[in-house]
Amino acid sequence: MNQLAYLVPLLPLIGFLINGLGRKSLSKSVIGFIGSGSVLLSFIISIILFVDVKNHGGAITTYFNFIDADKLIIPFAFQIDQLSSLFLLIITGVGFLIHVYSTAYMHEEEPQHFGRYFAYLNLFIFSMLLLVMGANYVIMFIGWEGVGLCSYLLIGFWFKNDNYNYAAKKAFIMNRIGDLGFLLAIFWMIAKLGTVSYGDVFANVLKLSSTDITVITVLLFVGAMGKSAQIPLYTWLPDAMAGPTPVSALIHAATMVTAGIYMIARSNALYSLSEVAQHLVAVIGLVTALFAATIAIKQNDIKKVLAYSTVSQLGYMFLGLGVGAYTGAVFHVMTHAFFKALLFLGAGSVIHAMHHEQDIRKMGGLKKYLPITHITFLIGCIAISGIPPFSGFFSKDEILAAAYAKNPVYWGIGVATAAMTAFYMFRLYATTFLGKFRGTHDQEHHLHESPNAMTFPLLVLALLSVIGGFVGVPEVLGGHHSLHEFLSPVLVTEVQHESVHSTEYLLMGISVAVAVIAIIFAISKFSKKPQLEDAEGFGKVLENKWYVDELYDAIVVKPLGSIASFFKNVVEKSGIDGAVNGVGKFVNYSSRQLRLLQNGQVGSYILFMVLAIIVIVLIWVNDGYIYRFIIKLF
Amino acid sequence: MPIQYYIILSLALFCIGIVGVLTRRNAIIIFMCVELMLNAVNLLLVAFSKMHYGLAHVSNTATTTGSEAQLFVFFIMVVAAAEVSVGLAIIVMMYRNVHSVDVNFLNRLKN
Repeated sequence: MNQLAYLVPLLPLIGFLINGLGRKSLSKSVIGFIGSGSVLLSFIISIILFVDVKNHGGAITTYFNFIDADKLIIPFAFQIDQLSSLFLLIITGVGFLIHVYSTAYMHEEEPQHFGRYFAYLNLFIFSMLLLVMGANYVIMFIGWEGVGLCSYLLIGFWFKNDNYNYAAKKAFIMNRIGDLGFLLAIFWMIAKLGTVSYGDVFANVLKLSSTDITVITVLLFVGAMGKSAQIPLYTWLPDAMAGPTPVSALIHAATMVTAGIYMIARSNALYSLSEVAQHLVAVIGLVTALFAATIAIKQNDIKKVLAYSTVSQLGYMFLGLGVGAYTGAVFHVMTHAFFKALLFLGAGSVIHAMHHEQDIRKMGGLKKYLPITHITFLIGCIAISGIPPFSGFFSKDEILAAAYAKNPVYWGIGVATAAMTAFYMFRLYATTFLGKFRGTHDQEHHLHESPNAMTFPLLVLALLSVIGGFVGVPEVLGGHHSLHEFLSPVLVTEVQHESVHSTEYLLMGISVAVAVIAIIFAISKFSKKPQLEDAEGFGKVLENKWYVDELYDAIVVKPLGSIASFFKNVVEKSGIDGAVNGVGKFVNYSSRQLRLLQNGQVGSYILFMVLAIIVIVLIWVNDGYIYRFIIKLF
Repeated sequence: MPIQYYIILSLALFCIGIVGVLTRRNAIIIFMCVELMLNAVNLLLVAFSKMHYGLAHVSNTATTTGSEAQLFVFFIMVVAAAEVSVGLAIIVMMYRNVHSVDVNFLNRLKN
């Protein structure tokens, strides 16, 4: 059964080639069919692989040697074990739903752009699959780079708009900064261990000194910071909302940004040996979660709120990884994929109905016009706020419990962030769906529920958001944590914290109560009288994202710009161009001087002849004495 | 006579010939100076030939050393004669075209 493993990434790759090369000749329905169909087939094969892994455990399939230098052999191998098969299901499953959604959302595009879109989406799925299926860090890095590239291509999909191109460049460059850390970690591993395969690295982990482990893990985390949008490399994600909404759902909610989590979960053997790295991961995750939540409270664009919410939830996941709750973090990845994709697709449905209006201050009262969207969006909001028995509660609670065991301060800040999460999500919900419609009369006439291709994924994702948590019910509440059992062969170094049941109930109770209070506060405040005027004071700071973008502009972008213009004007124009043009000018000048020799004066010709003969005689006289002397000089 | 006298005389004649070639304007005078240079060389060759014969005669009375140079002098004279005939023919053609034998007039080689 493992022989089918290569089909999983191959089918989306074929889909990419067909849609990409045939985009000018195929019709939109064929393109949509091929694009979604390839991912569906991959999903089915992923299910087969998942069942296989559940019954027989993981396996590694090697195909050929990707790099075959004498001492360094890096095989192109897939490792299908519990962790990667779970991610495979998430990627192909949610990916398929988003493909179906896109066939309706992007239907206004011309066929060749439609084809280009689906080609890029398929390429993205291919790269992400490579990332999670690789058996060593190098294959993971190939997928890592591939998803970064597809992110750039898809964010800048409507390439005629300069702002979108700028956002795409920003995303790619920030990703690249993180990739430098990842590459350095790979090089360090090769230098110290000679291998980058997961099995070999984790088996030989005791051969590394503690500084080695700390450096490798910190560098890997730098890579994760860039890819998964943590402080300081997070500013690209809100700007990435320039891309189409299904792209935001797929890439920036469900899959690409979780690549960092996957990497650290995979490397848990390394991280558990380094206190420094764990503290770093946990603290940065926590600070990012809090910081992004504060910004989200004051945003007025639907997608920006969801983007900051994603950054915040990713912070939660890193917090989970940092305190040793690897299963919790992966669990949160899964549930977050469900409800965040749901929220984004719901937002897309709203944007579609409002004819591409994204400012929530111009919406309101959409409840009666978009019933299905409304219900599913509400379910998503409840799930993300961590209200039982929806899925978000279980995963978030697991992380918070582990955080409390490590350090109660972590838990406290985590609960505060959870309260803010509930608050801004329901602010978004209330402003968009409750109250009275605040748009123009024209827009009101056009409001209609989205077509089936868009509502079907919403319904499926809503169902998953409701029941998805039941794979991870902790024993405190009477379940046995099947997800934990399933993943334990891979996440071996998980911290098992023993805590008293009463403490657990207390923690759960507090976080749920805080969330409920925040929800009630938000609904009551925003459904009646939404804030339409621009914020002032501290609110203005939050609305402008704490001016971080302007800070980066001043510290990084402008100095780089001036260094670049220095190089352009001084080194390039005067220096290199000057040298190259100078050679030409020199040849010109000397030829002009030489031309003056040909003056037609016979007398001067004879003079030169005589001088030349004198020189020859002088050089060759006395057995070439002067000639040998000159040769000796050089 | 010591060989240095011949060398100095020949050198002087040669230099006078060179200066004449470089400085004079009349084409025929230039030819005369070229002849002067050639004859200076002839003189030198003959002088060296006599020197070598004299040195070899001391050890071996029946030797013919040094006669190669005298043969070479004959060759030079023949070449000089041929060259003069061709050169004078060219000067005559030039005179027929521009009615002058002034070499400065020949700057039509300029372009």
